[in-house]
Amino acid sequence: MARTLYQKIWDDHLVQTLDDGTGLLYIDRHLVHEVTSPQAFEGLRLAGRPVWRADANLAVPDHNVPTTDRAAGIADPISRTQVDTLDRNAREFALPYFPMADQRQGIVHVIGPEQGATLPGMTVVCGDSHTSTHGAFGALAFGIGTSEVEHVLATQCLLQQPAKTMRIWVEGALDAGLTAKDLALAIIGEIGTAGGTGYVIEFAGPAVQALSMEGRMTLCNMTIEAGARAGMVAVDDTTIDYVRGRPFAPTDAHWEAAKAWWRTLHSDEGASFDREVRLDAAQIRPQVTWGTSPEMVAAVDAAVPDPAQAGDPVKAQGMRRALEYMGLAAGQAISDIAVDKVFIGSCTNSRIEDLREAAAVVRGRHVAASVKLAMVVPGSGLVKAQAEAEGLDAIFRAAGFEWREPGCSMCLAMNADRLEPGERCASTSNRNFEGRQGQGGRTHLLSPAMAAAAGITGHLVDFRTLPSVA
Amino acid sequence: MQAFRVHSGVVLPMDRANVDTDAIIPKQYLKSVRRTGFGPYAFDDWRYLDAGDLDTPVDSRRPNPDFELNDARYAGASILLARRNFGCGSSREHAVWALADQGFRCVIAPSFADIFFNNCFKNGVLPIVLEEETIDELFAFAAGGAELTVDLEQQQIHVGERQIDFRVDPARRERLLAGLDDIGQTLQLRAQIQDFEARRRREKPWLFGARA
Ligand code: SF4
Repeated sequence: MARTLYQKIWDDHLVQTLDDGTGLLYIDRHLVHEVTSPQAFEGLRLAGRPVWRADANLAVPDHNVPTTDRAAGIADPISRTQVDTLDRNAREFALPYFPMADQRQGIVHVIGPEQGATLPGMTVVCGDSHTSTHGAFGALAFGIGTSEVEHVLATQCLLQQPAKTMRIWVEGALDAGLTAKDLALAIIGEIGTAGGTGYVIEFAGPAVQALSMEGRMTLCNMTIEAGARAGMVAVDDTTIDYVRGRPFAPTDAHWEAAKAWWRTLHSDEGASFDREVRLDAAQIRPQVTWGTSPEMVAAVDAAVPDPAQAGDPVKAQGMRRALEYMGLAAGQAISDIAVDKVFIGSCTNSRIEDLREAAAVVRGRHVAASVKLAMVVPGSGLVKAQAEAEGLDAIFRAAGFEWREPGCSMCLAMNADRLEPGERCASTSNRNFEGRQGQGGRTHLLSPAMAAAAGITGHLVDFRTLPSVA
Repeated sequence: MQAFRVHSGVVLPMDRANVDTDAIIPKQYLKSVRRTGFGPYAFDDWRYLDAGDLDTPVDSRRPNPDFELNDARYAGASILLARRNFGCGSSREHAVWALADQGFRCVIAPSFADIFFNNCFKNGVLPIVLEEETIDELFAFAAGGAELTVDLEQQQIHVGERQIDFRVDPARRERLLAGLDDIGQTLQLRAQIQDFEARRRREKPWLFGARA
């Protein structure tokens, strides 16, 4: 029978189906960070349980690490405790570990793929919702809670109910300069933040195939913002070329065997999905969120929508609340919205291609005087080194951007990087919830090129309309 | 884990859709390495007028009188009633720990985000999905303070004289009724996991062995 990609991976990892239909799935890779793991390790210790298979894990601190000079360690004592706790747990349970001082340290969803620790056909889990990122490799990857982190550490398995499947088919091609971020936001605008609930989404079609691996990661990263537990893209040459030669990737004879299997990781002709959505990439314009949920999104050349036109009263109420929080009025042109800060980073958009796209906009220009802070936070130490080798750091610095050490940073403001109440930020991250980037902070999600342009002009703007530099 | 069979309590109506886990427990509390004590920080940004963190004594903070949780009519509420897509956003299990620590045993909404929904069952909190119209009726019923009884054995909610049926996945219902720990249950299948793993190691050896 024709199977979907999801079904193939499910079948390949099914240890046992329990009487009630729950599957016990084997987990190939478990990524661990400092925020959602301490209570899981504590649970193991209390129950006297060992880690089932240490080499299936990869641990790294990312949420709490400072993005400024690290020589002095972490100033905030509570952040420091969390990172120290991870150091201790990784050592005690002998997990592969990249400590803060290791050049390979970075955001967990950036380093997994970068190291080849994420491979096609794997089940990948992490106590973090953006684990969906790794689905870009034709893997089944999803976020889990701390109890499940403990479950994976203790049993190398997870109990899962089979999900429904949705295929989002994106026809045509994106306009030049538009990116996976615009596509992701447009999809969320289309299906809503709960549109994917209960589903695993497979992204397919010419516009998806045309994306680089980094673009696919951005797209799958945002799947969770559409409510789906996981997003996936079938394996093709782009996938295999990306994986080749990475430190954790197979070599020699193993490489050939692995590749033969990976080539089968796509939905079969005629496989059926519970829901199909079609989109035309050519219709998409640069996207910016205006509200406090990723579905509150519009094209940059549009206006802030009017709750009175929403129809649904629950939705209208949500929109009114969002406009109030965001300090915006219905009908206002999106491109009239001035920003105080710019953040280029996060597991959505902190990879080398993202930094190149932003640098291309910034080159030869300067941050607007009205912008208080514009910062670039690379996704990992290796991304940072690569960007420096290409001279991107110099471009950013010359333009007035700060160039920081890798980590989650102002994506969720657990470290010192955050918005003050009322401050407005153009951000390449993935969540614009109330208080996400700091209490009272206002977030507009957009692509790296768009964030860069907002930094240069001081307001939200279509980066393609900037006057050219001499 | 605390078992859930029959529970009666005051309903807290929270008339908002898309209540995300950042709102349920803001990130500054995720720095705790403990599993308990999050109750006073549940809905922190809405609940207090001033900012707080793990170091701020709760007594010193100014409660927001306009937030439903601070309304005396709902004091001691243990059943939370909300609108669609409750618990969206981050996977933090701290959100459920905070609700449980605050005293909530049950959350009723028209829909939930997946990960949050899952996490509830692992912490003895029962999430119940009902039709939007039924939710509207419950909001009308709960306004001003009212008690409900949630009976998981019968899968019924008693609202005054009325009975509302709900459905919970049978396996989850069993585990919640018994208060069973998932890990202990899975480890009963240790031999099957070992066999599966040995075969996988033979067939796909590149998935094994650390290189870091
Ligand atoms: S960058 Fe943001 S979304 Fe990604 S893992 Fe870090 S905090 Fe989570």
